[in-house]
Amino acid sequence: MNSKIAKTFENCRRKKRAALITYTVAGDNTKNNSLKILNAISKNADILELGFPHNTPIADGGQIQESSHRALRNGIKLKDVFQIVKKFKIFNPNKPLILMGYFNLIYQSGESNFLKKCKDAGVDGLIIVDLPYPENKKFSIKCKKKSIDFIQLVSPTTSHDRMKKIIRDSHGMIYYISMLSTTGGKLKVTPKKILENYNKIKSINRSKNIVIGFGITDKTISALKKADGLVVGSQLCKTITNSLKKRLNAAKVLNKMVYKLKKKII
Amino acid sequence: MKIKKGKLLIDQHDKNFMYGGKFGGNFIPETLKKPIDDLTKLFAKLRKDKKFLKERDEYFKSYIGSPTPFIKLENLTDYLKGAQIYAKVVSEANGGAHKIYNATVHCLIAKKAGKKFIVGDTGAGYAGKMLSMAAKKFGLKCKIFMGAKDIKRQRPNVEAIKKNGATIIPVITGSQTLVDAVSECMRYWVSNCDTTHMCVGSTVGPNIFIKICAWSTAQISRELFKQVEDEFGKIPKKIKLLNCVGGGSSAIGFWNEFMDTDAEFVGIEAGGPKNSDLHAAPLTNGSKIGILHGAAQYVIQDKEGQIGSTESISAGLDYPGISPLHCFLKDTKRARYTSANDEEALKAYQLVSKLENISPSLEPSHAFHEAIRLAPKLKSSDVIIVNSCGDSIKDKDIIKQKLGSYKR
Repeated sequence: MNSKIAKTFENCRRKKRAALITYTVAGDNTKNNSLKILNAISKNADILELGFPHNTPIADGGQIQESSHRALRNGIKLKDVFQIVKKFKIFNPNKPLILMGYFNLIYQSGESNFLKKCKDAGVDGLIIVDLPYPENKKFSIKCKKKSIDFIQLVSPTTSHDRMKKIIRDSHGMIYYISMLSTTGGKLKVTPKKILENYNKIKSINRSKNIVIGFGITDKTISALKKADGLVVGSQLCKTITNSLKKRLNAAKVLNKMVYKLKKKII
Repeated sequence: MKIKKGKLLIDQHDKNFMYGGKFGGNFIPETLKKPIDDLTKLFAKLRKDKKFLKERDEYFKSYIGSPTPFIKLENLTDYLKGAQIYAKVVSEANGGAHKIYNATVHCLIAKKAGKKFIVGDTGAGYAGKMLSMAAKKFGLKCKIFMGAKDIKRQRPNVEAIKKNGATIIPVITGSQTLVDAVSECMRYWVSNCDTTHMCVGSTVGPNIFIKICAWSTAQISRELFKQVEDEFGKIPKKIKLLNCVGGGSSAIGFWNEFMDTDAEFVGIEAGGPKNSDLHAAPLTNGSKIGILHGAAQYVIQDKEGQIGSTESISAGLDYPGISPLHCFLKDTKRARYTSANDEEALKAYQLVSKLENISPSLEPSHAFHEAIRLAPKLKSSDVIIVNSCGDSIKDKDIIKQKLGSYKR
């Protein structure tokens, strides 16, 4: 049976458009607010990535770091993250949700225990930033057994041979990192070049769903809309930061922003 | 878990780069896989290349000033009336600390890799100072990442870095100390790995950085082994090698050549202020294994896996993790680890610099505390050697503030 993530891509393909994938941090800026944000943006987002924050992230740029630190300062724990997912899934059972974070939190929970909690909460996929291929082989098999997609990452530095192996062992979605950067960097490669690389990956196996992330904003998204999916993260985190500063309702502001992003890729 | 005899410690990992199946590895973002792989291959080639080794040895001799002195601390020995106490005065190396070995080797490698830029992290400022020095010598453009708190407390080294023409990037996230400097430096490398070589300042991080650093600092024990043989005719049966450990680079270098001898290894961590719960001693205080900066190690953290806060008077030891190599040495019981608190380190600094002609920085002062504690309990046939791996000049502000005055 296909995962909810794979089904979402099929739906988008039928509608001849890219899937819109959002990233926000669980607990940013509070448990309730991050749930409100998820509920609000899920109207227009096809897949939701939810970060479980770590205080020593080695691949996140300033915007996401700020969101993570804000959530941690407000006392967010893993059990809260799972509760947010569970509550979200009550009203949005078919909306795919992917947890994203760093391996140490899983290591401390114990892999099996962590996956059980994911399953109970209704998590559809996992992105672990610092567990690359092939070190992630065993864990990704464990995920599949729980019907959770393990999302592999590929980057501009990934060799063709390595890419083939990664794609062979991948599940419902593959994440292509658009450029050499932490999250939220300014797009320093042309969309044309990014799509060229994207097509090279796609040609290895056309049935795989490949999304592009890093550096994608309302300014750059439409130029990349030929991809299977596009991830917007840092811009949303930055928008939360700005809404808090201006004492605006972050969920409302984000809803508008995601609506705007969606319109640019239809 | 066992250490193999006759095989370099750095090479005793499995195919996943784990020591004892538990420590180390490469927990890194996909983007860094290839640069790390390239560096791993290049280093494997270079360390077998006779021309490269000759070049390294020449720089060690003419630029770093190898060998550094090995001296008996006669006054301290007489004062404590026990074991004979010696010091390997690594602070006599060019720049004033052991960090120059790793910095020099990294610059040599960066040149071979055709890189024009080099970046590095620093805590006490020594790793940064040495990297900026070596970068200048080898014509590389250099950026140093340093926590804002450390910039304030290690002013002399900050000035040296600037004088060498390197750019200092203040790190204002998290605790604003070494742990954040390493993270920020790695983040920078993720974005610039195509043009830039990264030097990790200690035996921490992804496996290749542990290897390069330990391979470089091993020069300390290569020299010491000969010096001890010259002094005693052979390696004495009852000999203790005491070294402070933060990331652990000087200790690994100090012990490497003695791995298969009877020498006892004692690592001294930073216990932090006397009346504080905070410390930087994960091995002494039974911290659990976790992932930090790309490697599995004993690390100060909370139950969930968030990295914990640390505190120490010595910026160079103020790090929540510890080299996977030291975790391996601890679990195989080849080395034992203890800690000294801030006050004990300060007192040891005072005593040693009063009685002897050396002036250890606050990092090795932690090890001197253990020497002072142990020596009276031992016989005069016992030998204690302390690695005096840094000079106090960089700590003059802290010492002045704590003790009222600083003399050098």
